[in-house]
Formats: sequence, structure tokens, C-alpha cells
Amino acid sequence: MAAIPDVLIVGGGIVGVACADALAQDGARVTVLESEFVGAGATAAGMGHIVVMDDSEAQFALTAWSRGLLAGLIDELPADVEHDACGTIWIAVGAAELEEARGKLAFFRARGVVAELLDAAQLREAEPRLRPGLAGGLRVPGDSVVYPPALARWLAARARRAGATIHERVAVERITPDGVMTGNGEFAAPLIVNAAGAHAAVLTPGLPIVPRRGLLAITDRYPKFCRHQLVELGYLQSAHALSDASVAFNVQPRRTGQVLIGSSRELVGWDRVPNRPLLARMLARAVTFMPGLAGMDVIRTWAGFRPATPDKLPLVGPWPDRPGLWIAAGHEGLGITTALGTARLLADLIAGRVPAIDPAPYAAARAAQPVTAA
Amino acid sequence: MIPEVEIVLDGAPVRVPADATLAAALLSVGRMALRRSVDGEPRGALCGMGICFACRVTVDGRTHRRACLEPVRSGMRVTTGD
Amino acid sequence: MDVEVAVVGAGPAGIAAAIMTAEAGRRTVVVDAASLPGGQIWRHRSRGDLPRDARRWLVRLERCGAVILSDATVIDATTAAGAPPTLLLSRHGDAIKIEAQSVIIATGAQERFLPFPGWTTPGVFGLGGMQALVKSGALVGGLRIVLAGSGPLLLPVAALLAARGAHLSVVAEQASPGRMARFVAGLWRHPARLTQAAALRTRFLGTAYRWGTWVERVRPAAAGLSVVLTDGRTRREIACDLAGVGFGLVPATELARLLGCQIQGDRVVVDAGQRTSVPRVFAAGEPTGIAGADAALASGTAAGAAAAGVAAPRSGRRAGRDAAFAAQLAETFALREELRALPEPDTIVCRCEDVRHREFQRGTCARETKLRTRAGMGACQGRICGPMREFLFGAGVEPPRAPLFPTAVAALCSPDAGQSSTRGAP
Repeated sequence: MAAIPDVLIVGGGIVGVACADALAQDGARVTVLESEFVGAGATAAGMGHIVVMDDSEAQFALTAWSRGLLAGLIDELPADVEHDACGTIWIAVGAAELEEARGKLAFFRARGVVAELLDAAQLREAEPRLRPGLAGGLRVPGDSVVYPPALARWLAARARRAGATIHERVAVERITPDGVMTGNGEFAAPLIVNAAGAHAAVLTPGLPIVPRRGLLAITDRYPKFCRHQLVELGYLQSAHALSDASVAFNVQPRRTGQVLIGSSRELVGWDRVPNRPLLARMLARAVTFMPGLAGMDVIRTWAGFRPATPDKLPLVGPWPDRPGLWIAAGHEGLGITTALGTARLLADLIAGRVPAIDPAPYAAARAAQPVTAA
Repeated sequence: MIPEVEIVLDGAPVRVPADATLAAALLSVGRMALRRSVDGEPRGALCGMGICFACRVTVDGRTHRRACLEPVRSGMRVTTGD
Repeated sequence: MDVEVAVVGAGPAGIAAAIMTAEAGRRTVVVDAASLPGGQIWRHRSRGDLPRDARRWLVRLERCGAVILSDATVIDATTAAGAPPTLLLSRHGDAIKIEAQSVIIATGAQERFLPFPGWTTPGVFGLGGMQALVKSGALVGGLRIVLAGSGPLLLPVAALLAARGAHLSVVAEQASPGRMARFVAGLWRHPARLTQAAALRTRFLGTAYRWGTWVERVRPAAAGLSVVLTDGRTRREIACDLAGVGFGLVPATELARLLGCQIQGDRVVVDAGQRTSVPRVFAAGEPTGIAGADAALASGTAAGAAAAGVAAPRSGRRAGRDAAFAAQLAETFALREELRALPEPDTIVCRCEDVRHREFQRGTCARETKLRTRAGMGACQGRICGPMREFLFGAGVEPPRAPLFPTAVAALCSPDAGQSSTRGAP
């Protein structure tokens, strides 16, 4: 195994701390530089859905592998991670989407992922609060939900126990020839990992990562309102259109009995002013799927910024324009799901090991070439 | 004489002051504990003005009703301990 | 809905402001969360419950031509540069948008709570909480009640309970005898308030009124509660049916902060015309500093006059004196150090999420604390734990966001909620 020198990781979100943990377990001396506190960015803003995806082979490979890595850790996770093996149901509104669900079933089955097709009656039984008249759905029992800030903190603690150092409230201003410059002075290291999420392109101009805002609303406690993470199959259209504001039905039961309602996507830069009409559209769509939501109280709404790339895949690998610089960013809405796989992939690449999945689709270098618009 | 009405409290009929909010009425009949906290501890009204949400009960099937804002009505069915 | 003046809150300040603007001919709407106007201090079921001057104000409000929207809660508000402010209200499960030329914030105050062992026991209410419940019809005749805490609410609540036949076991004020004596002595400058205070005290002369004394813990007891009071040297255990414990009032400024008004300390900064730092937005009453009903009436009148563009009537009150009195109150009833040490490791701090004292770390910012412990994530949106966390740990809760109150999903996706007066794709 090749010797691994010092590594600086920029960004203490879930991807950054997962990478720190993986590299530290490999014996590297790792330092994480986080501008606020661990998990303060998109990690704290998302739904915490651990989900296997089928929209491309590469997406499947990374999400399935990562889901499996998390499954191996379940017994060690503390209670505040709120791991809930509730599974996902992808909802088919009509016949065409039900056909899509069948395709998804075949895709998963062929790759060893347990899934089952639900007809209309089975769907109602699985989730009685869904409106009647839906065609059916695909249930994926191996998916789960976590509370991301706690998972990030746990990974950070593990990284520290393996010898990593995590500096919070240190803002990295730029990458220098020897390392990075921060508000607290220069940190030098032969290897730098840009795990700065939606901010990654600020540090590494040329990275095709833009913030894609998502709105969420969480209700008061209504235990047993729903049992699974519920996502409409139409979600995939929403997630795929990089332009325009879009909403999709995406609802999650939390361990507390609260219901988390999403989702939306829009490109508004870093604008934190809430988009009331889009929130209204998102909630209205949710009500069409689950009418019981209408009378439930929303306690809080917030916005998060997903790090979005043109081809929906993250950038994990060396950055050709700057030797020693590695990228681990651009996970859009799948950062929580794929943090562990990303970390393992990065550690393998840095160590010169052959990774468990083909690294080519996530190569950061692909972005350094001219890209045709998606 | 204070006018009273009859309500159904956790399945049992109870006479309470008529011209009152539910929290005030329940206090008057010695009923302070209205719900359970996250850790299962008994809780009741605190602020009296609708901002603490500690006095929530279920009224006629509707959950999360703040008892300190809910006027008492004859025959209302109240469930506590949620 | 298009109006010239939107007044938020129908306590004394809001009532005075609305009367001023409506009588000056401005189209005025008063938005109030309660079912009847009056706020906290003039809470009533029938007008007969109220003192005569309060009744007169309410009658004048009825006749002035302002539209009163009761059971309406402001959940969102925006001001875009140059555009009239808009308010989004939740009312009966639906949302209503109001565009107003001016907004007068008269959102009053809320009580400050502090945690001590047993403070979450059913039967322990706030001071204002106990007052509200009695005014809402709670019958307390013959009940043994301990009142404790601090601030100007202690005497009026004691007097009210005594008047309703409660047996007040003790009334305990945490401010030291030295401070209280100085405060009382200083009241010669405010003779009306001195008379008021004396009158209130006479209503419960049979009860000990102890200074420099606070609640150390409350335990449930066989028939009611057992309250342990201390003065730092000796302890007294008192059996009672109910306890009312509160530590003064804090301005309710969520709406003002959402609109971007400048805040100093805990109050909204206003000029002589009650203008906030945000154009077309005024504030009156307790949000501008805790000073009581008379000061609220005066500042409400001033805000209404400024919003309507007319001269304020001479009132004989001087804003300077009200401000001086407010400062005296703040100094007299400042919270003593011992209160910081009252909670035990397991004492609940955030009641909504059962977050205990030992889970908090001094120096951690509000957002990180929230994400780590869930404190502030509950239905009260940090209104109860915010002020106490400020006192205990130096950090309260995060800036407010819409919805300002828990709001039904249906209201948030109703047509009025779906419009935007700022930017945003339709």
C-alpha cells in the first residue's frame, strides 16, 4: 500500500468528515478545516434520506454501495442519529408511472436490491393516508432515514478517535501552492481535499457546482401519519431539470412523529429570501397526495443549498489543474446517502487501491474538459 | 351560582364552568395535567396566552388544540395525555 | 386586502394607534390573535370585568371605524424597497394577505420563564399565565397559591387572585430588599404608580410579601404541590395547590425582527414618532420597552398620529419619564445570579423537546445548539426557552423565520399565501 502523506480537508460537512474518517483509518494525518461547525451547511438542511437510485448506472453504483456501508454501521450508531429503517415507496400516479415502477423493479432486482411492486390496494394498505386513486408504487425496504447533523458529528468523532484534527470556525479563503490560506493563517499539506459542497467552486474555479436551493417544511408531531419515505416518481423529472423552479412530492416521517415535507429545486444563487409561491406550490402538491396534511401545523420552514452538477453525479477524484488537489463535492440531494461511499472511493484513489466501484463516472477531471450543456 | 356545562373529559362526563376557556375550566375542576412531554412526563398549561403550546389537548377529534384558547362548549369531547 | 394602516395587536398600544388613525380618516385594520381585543392586560370575557377606562377605550375602538380581524395571527411579513409592507395572516385555517401603506407593530410582551427543578410540574403556571387563566374563567376560590418570581406582574396577579378568593400562601420577589426599598422610595417621582402599588398590596395584606426570596424547587405532593422557597440562607417548604412563577416581561419582537427593524437589547428601536428603522413600519407599546399600559396607550397614540400624518394630541405624559421608569423597572427587577444556578443537570430547559440543562454548552451558537439538542425546534418556536437560554448560557434562539406561529399547511398553500410581493417565480 502506498504511503499516504498529510491531507487537508476543506469542509466539515458529512462528506468532509466521512473522508476524514476514511483517510484517518488508512493511517493518514488528517486535518479538517470547517468554516462554521461540523454539518452546518447542506448537511443540516436536508432530509436525511438514505436511498438507492436507478437514474444511471453510476448513480446506482454509488448509492447502493454507500447504503450498504451504512447498513454495516447501524449497530454502532447512537440514538441521536435517529436511524429509521422505514424504507421508501416511489409512488406511481397513473399507468405510465406504474410502468416506470416496473422498470425500476427490474433494474433493482437485476442488481440485487430488494424491491416490491405495490398495486393500488397494496399501496393504500401500506400508507392509508395517501389519497385514493393512485396507481401503485415501488417499495424499497432497504432505504432508511437518519438525522444528518448527528451522523456527521458521529463520523467526526470517529475521525478524531482515528487521529484526525477538526478545526471549526476556520474559513478557507483560497488554495495556495503549499496548501490553503485561511482567516487564521496558512495551513500547508501536500494533499488537499475540496469537500466544500455548494461552496466548492469558490475554492476551485472551474468546478461545475452551483447551489440549487431546496425548501422544506416540518410539521408538529403527528405520530403514525406515514410510515415510509414517500416520493413521487415524477420527482426524477424535477431533479433532472437544471433550469426552472420545480416541486415534487416528497414526505418523510421522523422518529419524533413530525412529518418533513419537501421538495423543491430552484437556481437562485445564495438567496435566502424564502420563495413563498414556491413553498405554496410544494405544499399544495403534497396535499394532493396526502390530503390529511392540509390540517397539520407547520412549525418551521427553511432553505438548503444542494451542490448541483450538470450530470447529477458528484466529482470525486484528482483535479488535473492543481497537483495534490482532490475533489469530493457536488452530491446534489444525495450527499447524506453517498458520503460513506464517496469517502471510501476517495481514500482508495489516494492510496492507489482499486476501488470497489468504477471511479471513472465521478472523475473530477471530466469537468476540466469542455462540457456540452446537459 | 357559576353557570356550568357538561363536557366529556377522557370519556367521562364532567361539569365545568361555562364561560371559560378549556384550560381555565379544567383548572377549576383540579385537572392540571393535560398532556405528556417527549419523555413521557405529565405537562399542563404554563403561559395562559397561547404561545407555549404546553396545554394542547384533542377536542372533538381535532388534535393540537391549545386549551387556553379554546372556549368551553357543552358536550365537547376532550382527550388529554397525547 | 388593501389598507392604509395595519395595526398588529389589539392591546392598549394597538387600540390607541388604531383609534388615532381611523379617527383621522385612514382605512385601518387591526389584526389580533385573540378572540376579543384587549391584549393581556385588558383580557376579558365580558366588558364588566374591566376597569372603566379600559371599557371606554374599547367602546371608542368599536366606534372609530377600524376593522378588527380577531383570531388572526401574522405569520409572515415583507417589505420590499419602495413597496408597501405586506402581512400574511393565518385565520381559521386560511391565509389572508394585507398590503398596507403603514404597519404599526403593537405585539405586546410575553412572560420570561426560568427553569428550576420541578418547574414543568402541572399546576406550576407563569404569573401572567395564572392571570390569563383566571381572567379566562378559572375558579381559584379557596385554593392555596404560591406566587413567586419577579417584576411588575407579581403585585397585580396577587391582588387579582386574592380578589377571587384564593388563599395566597406567600408572594416572593427575587429582587433584594435593598433594590426593592430603593425602587419604592423612588416611586415618589411617579405618584400614580406609587398609589397603584400600594393599593395592590392592600388587597393581599394577609399574605407575606417577601423580598430577596425565590423558588428553589417544586415537587408534586399528595394534594397539590410542595414549593421550596429560599432567600439564600434559609429554606421554607410550603404546601399549596398551585404556583405562579414568572420573571418579568420581555418584548414580543418576532414580527419586528422579521421585518428587519433595528433592535437594541431586546426592544425595537423607535424615534419620537414611534418610527422603526424600516420605512413605513412603526412600533408602540411593550415591544419598544416594557413600561406598562399607560405608556403603551401614549406610544400607541403617537404611532397612530405619525402613521396618519397628523399631530399627536397633548397627553401630559412625557416619553422621557416613561423611559426613565422603564429603566428603573429593569434595574430593580434584574435577575440575580443565584437564579442561574437553580437548574440541576436534569432540569428541563426546552419544554417542547425535553432538552435538559446538562445538554447545553455555554459559548455554542444558537443554531448549533438547536441542531445538536433540538432545543427550539418545537411548537413554541423558542419563545419559552429563548429568553431563559439567553440568561443561562448567553445565547438564545435564532432570528425568527416565517411562519411566525405554527400554521396549517392549508393556509400556507392558499392563494394569498402563494403570492409574492418580492421576487420569486410564480
